[in-house]
Amino acid sequence: MKRPPANPAVSRLQYRTQTRTWIHAWLMLGPSLALLILFTHWPAVNTLIDSLYSTPRPRRPARFVGPANFEQMMADPIFWQAMWNNLWFALGTIPTSIALALLMAVWVNDRIAGRTLVRMAYFTPTVLPMIAVANIWLFFYTPQYGLLAQILGVFGITGPNWLGSNETALFAVTVVAVWKEAGFFMIFYLAALQTISPSLAEAAALEGASRWTYFRRIQFPLLMPTTLFVLVNAVIGAFRTIDHIFVMTRGGPDNATALLLFYIYQVGFSFWDTTYAAALTVVLLVLLGLLALIQYGVLERRVHYR
Amino acid sequence: MSNRIDRRTLLKAGSALAASSPFLAAPALAQAKVEVSFFYPVAVGGPITRLIDTYAADFAKENPAITVKPIYAGTYQETIVKAITAHKSGTPPVTSVLLSTDMFTLIDEDAIVPFDDFIKTDADKAWLASFFPSFMENSQTGGKTWGIPFQRSTIVLYWNKELFKEAGLDPEKPPQTWAEQVAFAEKLTKRDGANTTQWGLQIPSSGFPYWLFQALAIQADAVLMNKEGNRTAYDAPGVIEALQYWVDLSRKHRVHPTGIVEWGTTPRDFFEKKCAMMWTTTGNLTNVRTNAKFPFGVGMLAAGKRRGSPTGGGNFYLSKKASRAEQEAAFKFIQWITSPERAAKWGIDTGYVAVRKDAFDTPAMKEYVAGFPAAAVARDQLQYAVAELSTHENQRVTKALNDGLQAALNGTKTPEAAMKDSQAEAERILRSYR
Repeated sequence: MKRPPANPAVSRLQYRTQTRTWIHAWLMLGPSLALLILFTHWPAVNTLIDSLYSTPRPRRPARFVGPANFEQMMADPIFWQAMWNNLWFALGTIPTSIALALLMAVWVNDRIAGRTLVRMAYFTPTVLPMIAVANIWLFFYTPQYGLLAQILGVFGITGPNWLGSNETALFAVTVVAVWKEAGFFMIFYLAALQTISPSLAEAAALEGASRWTYFRRIQFPLLMPTTLFVLVNAVIGAFRTIDHIFVMTRGGPDNATALLLFYIYQVGFSFWDTTYAAALTVVLLVLLGLLALIQYGVLERRVHYR
Repeated sequence: MSNRIDRRTLLKAGSALAASSPFLAAPALAQAKVEVSFFYPVAVGGPITRLIDTYAADFAKENPAITVKPIYAGTYQETIVKAITAHKSGTPPVTSVLLSTDMFTLIDEDAIVPFDDFIKTDADKAWLASFFPSFMENSQTGGKTWGIPFQRSTIVLYWNKELFKEAGLDPEKPPQTWAEQVAFAEKLTKRDGANTTQWGLQIPSSGFPYWLFQALAIQADAVLMNKEGNRTAYDAPGVIEALQYWVDLSRKHRVHPTGIVEWGTTPRDFFEKKCAMMWTTTGNLTNVRTNAKFPFGVGMLAAGKRRGSPTGGGNFYLSKKASRAEQEAAFKFIQWITSPERAAKWGIDTGYVAVRKDAFDTPAMKEYVAGFPAAAVARDQLQYAVAELSTHENQRVTKALNDGLQAALNGTKTPEAAMKDSQAEAERILRSYR
């Protein structure tokens, strides 16, 4: 590959250091690479292969069916409903939880009385296990004597059957996800806010900039890398947060709260239609891949790093 | 059990063990210990796990050669997921308690063996014949017995006697017919303007509405599926009539909450006097007895064209991939735990229906029923009970029905359209099983 160098002794030395760097590099990368390949890439490839076969049954072994699982998916109304539900769920959770997190972070970053307590209060939902959270909210949403029903009752309003009617169920589970995630994102914003030099705030104050201008012109642009990171996490969360669905609605009523991952679980582990579940997983993978591409390919260029 | 090959392998294994371990007693006495792993569906520790642990320990005392190892595997749904995954990976539990309705699924997965090969003596045959026939309906197909009833239940009506009195009804008389059920519920519903403070009747519809609905369908004299488990009749006139009745309770008579009624909170609604009558499982008997702060009654469900309720709950299954010795040991344990005395004790401690007739003749059960007559209601209703909905690809086929029921209850489809859609979906799934 390379032209033979003039001095063989030097070249040997060079060659040796080079090899050593190589070995070092691979040794460093090796463990995580092995884990990634074993638990991420290999299963992903396997999923793709499985999705092209029929589900093996003891009396009917798997056979190659090509795109049949995907054709079935196109004709499956529950799949489409799960996609739409997931879209609304994502649109409901991502902007709301980021905005809330930012608002909370800016607020508790200031010197207010009981700051630690407020920070802790905001972070509590993140620490609680989702199953516990879901059970608490189950009580909030209970018709007639649940917390929400009681509050509305004071004003003489009969609250809806939050989890029991098609119109409100998806909204109700979205609120739980926002409540759960906003505190987590707040921590990142809070950490980033602490790194902004106080001299900027002083300079802005001297210039007579309003609080809003300071936020819009200084804080928010400086927080952009954090926003990107939080956005990536929020998008993943929108497809991954389904624990509370199991406790609160099991995808009901009539699939009103069936999200894509929940439907995959149901097809895979309730119906044991493993290859159809694999096909659904491929769709989820492609979807997440596309979103990651947009986020890192397009948005990152517009992010200002210091 | 006089299986020659079996005994020989046992002895051989025993002497091998004895030879390898100096701590064991004389080889002649030594026996290979058989370990029976046992998946049992319960999510968290509590009185039920303690009961099962006690049973396992007592059994070990009487049968030193067998160790029963209970593994608490979560809800029914989680337990079957774990059992089938373990089966696919090659090391399933020797026996598990799973829903009786999962029989076809387990057969299709080739995960279980029928009990017929283990039933040899007349005593074994008598044991098998002792179970209530309605519990056996979900345990047998194709002339073979695949499951042994263990924790079984049916749906019963619970009513609040205090609220009955307030409404001017006889607190000792639950509604006997569909018409009476509506009339009673109307009297028991309290309104405060547009707000309803107390509902007459509550039939849960979250999670597994098909089970409660099946009671209505049976009462309308409709049959949801065939015995082979490969055909459903979700759009039969009787089924639509039953669904119309349920929908009318909330939308026409306004005596039942609209939308989906949560299964889990229904007993609480009952304790909080938010509903005067509720349908739920007999498995809630002990719960209601402990938590209701008012006198309550337990009765058979009202009759439409006939009385009826589906059975429910879990059966013992034997794993196909376990060794013959393990299967034999597990079979022995299953026979032991379903003896009349233990079936009676299990029923008393948990509220499940004791699975065999002679359990109700034991002194312990007689005394219990005398002090708490509600315990006998489930038994008396069994003569009207019908097998729970169970087909091939059970979860998928029942989900088709669940979706339709919830759509109708929420008013997004008419009962007829909803049931037509459910039937079409079930038909699509089951076609390949004929």
